[in-house]
Amino acid sequence: MLKKTARFLKYLFLTIVSLISVFPLVWMIIAATNKSADVTKGTILPGGYFLENFRSLMNSDLQYLTAFKNSMVIGLVTTVLAMIVSSAAGYAFVVYKSKNRERVFNIILISMMVPFAALMVPLFRLFSKFRNLGPLKLIALNTPMAVIIIAIATAFLIFFFRQNTRTFPKELIEAARIDGLGEFQIFGRIFIPTMKSTYAAAIVTTFMTSWNNYLWPLIALQSPEKRTLPLVISAMGSSYTPDYGMIMVAVVLATVPTALLFFFMQKQFVAGMTGSVKG
Amino acid sequence: MSGNVRKKAMSPKLNRRAWVFILPSLFLITVFVFYPMIQAFVTSFQTGAGNKLGWAGISNYRRLLTDATFKMALKNTMLYLVIQVPVMILLALVISSMLNDKKLKCKGLFRTAIFLPCVTSLVAYSIVFKSMFATDGFINAFLMKIHVIAEPIGWITDPFWAKVLIILAITWRWTGYNMIFYLSGLQSIDDSIYEAADIDGASAVRKFKSITLPMLKPIILFTTISSTIGTLQLFDEPMNITAGGPANATVTISQYIYNILFKYSSDFGYAAAVSYVIVVLIVALSLIQLKVGDKDA
Repeated sequence: MLKKTARFLKYLFLTIVSLISVFPLVWMIIAATNKSADVTKGTILPGGYFLENFRSLMNSDLQYLTAFKNSMVIGLVTTVLAMIVSSAAGYAFVVYKSKNRERVFNIILISMMVPFAALMVPLFRLFSKFRNLGPLKLIALNTPMAVIIIAIATAFLIFFFRQNTRTFPKELIEAARIDGLGEFQIFGRIFIPTMKSTYAAAIVTTFMTSWNNYLWPLIALQSPEKRTLPLVISAMGSSYTPDYGMIMVAVVLATVPTALLFFFMQKQFVAGMTGSVKG
Repeated sequence: MSGNVRKKAMSPKLNRRAWVFILPSLFLITVFVFYPMIQAFVTSFQTGAGNKLGWAGISNYRRLLTDATFKMALKNTMLYLVIQVPVMILLALVISSMLNDKKLKCKGLFRTAIFLPCVTSLVAYSIVFKSMFATDGFINAFLMKIHVIAEPIGWITDPFWAKVLIILAITWRWTGYNMIFYLSGLQSIDDSIYEAADIDGASAVRKFKSITLPMLKPIILFTTISSTIGTLQLFDEPMNITAGGPANATVTISQYIYNILFKYSSDFGYAAAVSYVIVVLIVALSLIQLKVGDKDA
């Protein structure tokens, strides 16, 4: 009897927690189909205003589509560059082990403790100078590269790739050297194809992080046509007369790419998160 | 034999190649993390805006002691930390040990549902929470309908409830995230340990305290440190749910630095001094947690 009650309570608890977890997401979708006035009143019934809300989003001066494109470009370029740069480093720390490189790795690890809040002031000043420094204007404030380059400078991915490279069979490298392959060829033609699942996990995590990035883009991208999705959505929410129906359409559309990543690559999603803890 | 192979020194050419692999990352992290970090420290002893900075000694740090908004931001941040992190970690632990039950039905469904909040961006879910918790919004309407409250709660306008809302929001967003870490840790615990405990007649609470907690300790330590670092830098939620209000009742240190830079006087030196408070807090709290984590072993 007692056991049955305990069992029931367990299911009840998990059901309630699950409902609370899912509810805001369901609510956001329902709200996207309602008029702003009905959303603020708290209706939980789907309405027929989705297309109307969608149209007002497209016709507003928020440049939502531009922001979507900006987010996509920044996300994709960040992911590609971060994969090359970080996996090369993580690989080298394992394959070419030496005392000096171990020391360098430990120093890189320390950077994981540095809060972004402490970098806000100097980075803003640094990047504002770039505009007048010849080729550096490519990464000056108000360029997508300003956001991308900061997103690549992350120790987390190096750490992640270093952990996973340990499982990479070293014999493959020896064999490739005997076959006359150079070190860069070994990395590009043997390591990368062998470690597909590690890369998949890193890609999912990196893209997600970039897609959701808020504080640095908020500082670095000031002009309206450069803004990314979080910046536009944030601006919509803080307006004096927020059109909640329209905002929810914007939020739903912005969540679609990451939701798709989650549902189709759940395994990599989880591996990317937890992969650096084990080992 | 293999010892011989390992001892063989790397050829200078191979050694150079190895550095080429590492150099791009090392360069980026040095230029965009370490250099700014030192720069911020120097700036924290200067005063002025724009590029005309003059030396100010420790006046910025002295100003912290009398700055009411800074004290408020520090107090809020610590409050979020002290209440939200333990509640979330405990909740995530309880949920994950419930889900680790072999006999549990619909396990995948529960797990996916509870993890789902992680799919949303911080800004997006903040806006959703802001609209749900509006004074005439869904949550108040619902609570009044089931007679939990008689009058609407000022979730965004009342200093106390606004803090509660921020804590609720962060807990909603991150509990599932932490749960995934614990679930993956629990999978590596041998079932026979639990079975042996069952034979000895250990209760669920006892098993949780004597098996689950000690076995998960390294992961709990890891998630506690990352949650602490994350909470000390809290920015997106207060910025988008309450805008730090009402009257700075929910403002955090990160948000205050942003405000000094872009809303108030652009006093770089003072903003840098405030930011070093976070640095000191993170280093101190991480060291304490590592120490405490070691002692219990």
